[in-house]
Amino acid sequence: MRPEPLDPWRDPKAEPYVRIEGVTKKFGDFVAVNDVSLEIYRGEIFCLLGGSGSGKTTLLRMLAGFEQPTAGRIVIDGQDMTGIPPYDRPVNMMFQSYALFPHMTVEKNIAFGLEQERLPKGEIAARVAEILEIVKMTPYAKRKPHQLSGGQRQRVALARALVKRPKLLLLDEPLGALDKKLREHTQFELINIQERLGVTFIVVTHDQEEAMTLASRIGVMNHGTIAQVGTPTEIYEFPANRFVADFIGSVNMFEGRLVEDEPDYVRVESPELGATIYVSHGISSPPDARVWVAIRPEKIAISRERPDAQENVARGVVREVAYMGDLSIYLVQIDSGKMVRVTQPNITRHADGRITWDEAVYLSWDPTSPVVLTQ
Amino acid sequence: MSVQGGRVGRRLVVAVPYLWLLLFFLVPFVIVLKISFSEVRLAMPPYAPLLEWTGDRLAAIRINFENYSYLFTDPLYVSAYLYSLKVAAVSTVLCLLIGYPMAYAIARAPGTWRSVLLMLVILPFWTSFLLRVYAWIGLLRNNGLINNALMALGIIDEPITMMQTDFAVYVGIVYAYLPFMILPLYANLEKHDPMLLEAAADLGARPITAFLRITLPLSVPGIVAGSLLVFIPAVGEFVIPSLLGGADQLMIGRVLWDEFFSNRDWPVASAVAIVMLLLLVVPIMLFQRFERRELEERA
Repeated sequence: MRPEPLDPWRDPKAEPYVRIEGVTKKFGDFVAVNDVSLEIYRGEIFCLLGGSGSGKTTLLRMLAGFEQPTAGRIVIDGQDMTGIPPYDRPVNMMFQSYALFPHMTVEKNIAFGLEQERLPKGEIAARVAEILEIVKMTPYAKRKPHQLSGGQRQRVALARALVKRPKLLLLDEPLGALDKKLREHTQFELINIQERLGVTFIVVTHDQEEAMTLASRIGVMNHGTIAQVGTPTEIYEFPANRFVADFIGSVNMFEGRLVEDEPDYVRVESPELGATIYVSHGISSPPDARVWVAIRPEKIAISRERPDAQENVARGVVREVAYMGDLSIYLVQIDSGKMVRVTQPNITRHADGRITWDEAVYLSWDPTSPVVLTQ
Repeated sequence: MSVQGGRVGRRLVVAVPYLWLLLFFLVPFVIVLKISFSEVRLAMPPYAPLLEWTGDRLAAIRINFENYSYLFTDPLYVSAYLYSLKVAAVSTVLCLLIGYPMAYAIARAPGTWRSVLLMLVILPFWTSFLLRVYAWIGLLRNNGLINNALMALGIIDEPITMMQTDFAVYVGIVYAYLPFMILPLYANLEKHDPMLLEAAADLGARPITAFLRITLPLSVPGIVAGSLLVFIPAVGEFVIPSLLGGADQLMIGRVLWDEFFSNRDWPVASAVAIVMLLLLVVPIMLFQRFERRELEERA
């Protein structure tokens, strides 16, 4: 995480830059966005993360002004955006398909937005040259979009939106069309540019990895509603509900019953695990409630010998091993019959001592690792 | 064997249209070209041969350029050419002004409506062309539908003379050729990515600016194709000016007809045809160059 004096969303005095207030969007009977409220602060990279049809793109299009909310309102920098057309908003968007003008050169594409502001020719040329430098596209200024590679088009689209010096930049799947290597490289470049220019980014993506690396905060969307808002760590380590726990990364989920509910620990009896789970943090839920315990695969230890602990241990047989290079994934069938996913980093280069197919193993985890979910 | 067979088959496929063009375009063209260089004669056929045996293995070739020089000495022909070009040009512009908004509206219409609207554009072709032009006589003449309606409404006291005027010719040509403008324009506009207009709006362009700077330049290939499809046949148009137009200004198609069938001066008529062809070949070649450039752009 980048060092910041105080995250603006934790500062009660901070004024949000973008305020989405109870926004709903219906297309006929279909509710694309359902009563969403969000506050986004200056200088953030806020990621809207969700699957297809989760309403993230519709929300972005309402911010840009291409769609009008059916109910609720959007306030940007203290100004109510209701009824304001896209061309009068202090917002620019980078389109998923880039939407570069095919009949204009790179230079002309980038200058287009500045020409609309009726700036003097000299200033336009200077600002175009400057932004071309930033996105490292100066040698391609005279090319047309069809003469560029996917990565180069992405840079031009970014430059075209940034050259207007918007306070708020909307990015629709900014890395979606790039291959994996290029994506990683571009991600860090995006963050660099964002920090350098101090623009607030709202990024729509379906790729959780992308959201995790880019975002200061993530808003996870599901069926038109916000399932959870938080920093990448919060979202991953403290998911608010089963949807988020399952959507972000992989997780082992055990259904159970709350048997002991103390302020500093809980015990969950789970027939699915065939044992009780001891969790060293309290939750606020009525006793006897139906709960789910989520444990991330990398937080489970796998061993041949039975660990000393009495609780948080399960016995099973390795059914699958997948070697991924940096880590190995084990699918272990525990005594109750349930499959549990465990990942272990491959610390040594030799495979001799490694646990392999059909071995009887013990799984164990720290009492701080599981998350108890009530919904 | 199969590769060779494929090659033979491919050649055959290419050869058929070439043969067709050779037989029905190049050969007639050469015949007309030949006639245009001969002298008129009261005979069957009504022109002198270019090659004549003068006995003793000697042949005399007589090439007569007078038909061409005659075209440029008699002001009738020059003015007919100029008038034809003017009528075709004005009609093309009118078709573009009327056809562009129509094509745009069809391209932006919801999917189910689009095919219905396109069908309506093509629908007139189901009726005979001649019949449709005759119908305009019924509408435009002094006691026709339009004049009668205007008089009945008391807007005018006397019928407006519309028949046998330039106005009637323009109405006829624009009406008849409008679909040829709309269809290529539609084919072009329909392919435009609506995202581009959103991007333009996002960058601060009002709808009118976005149209002028994005939609219009991107639709130039459609405009060129539609304009040529209207302009080229309109230059040689014969039926519409004959039926709706006046006798004082003749279009070149009419002159051609008169030379062939009234004057029976085949050589001059052929020269008229050759000059008209040359006039039209220039825009066609321009069009092809433009198309080639477009294809290269896309590749």
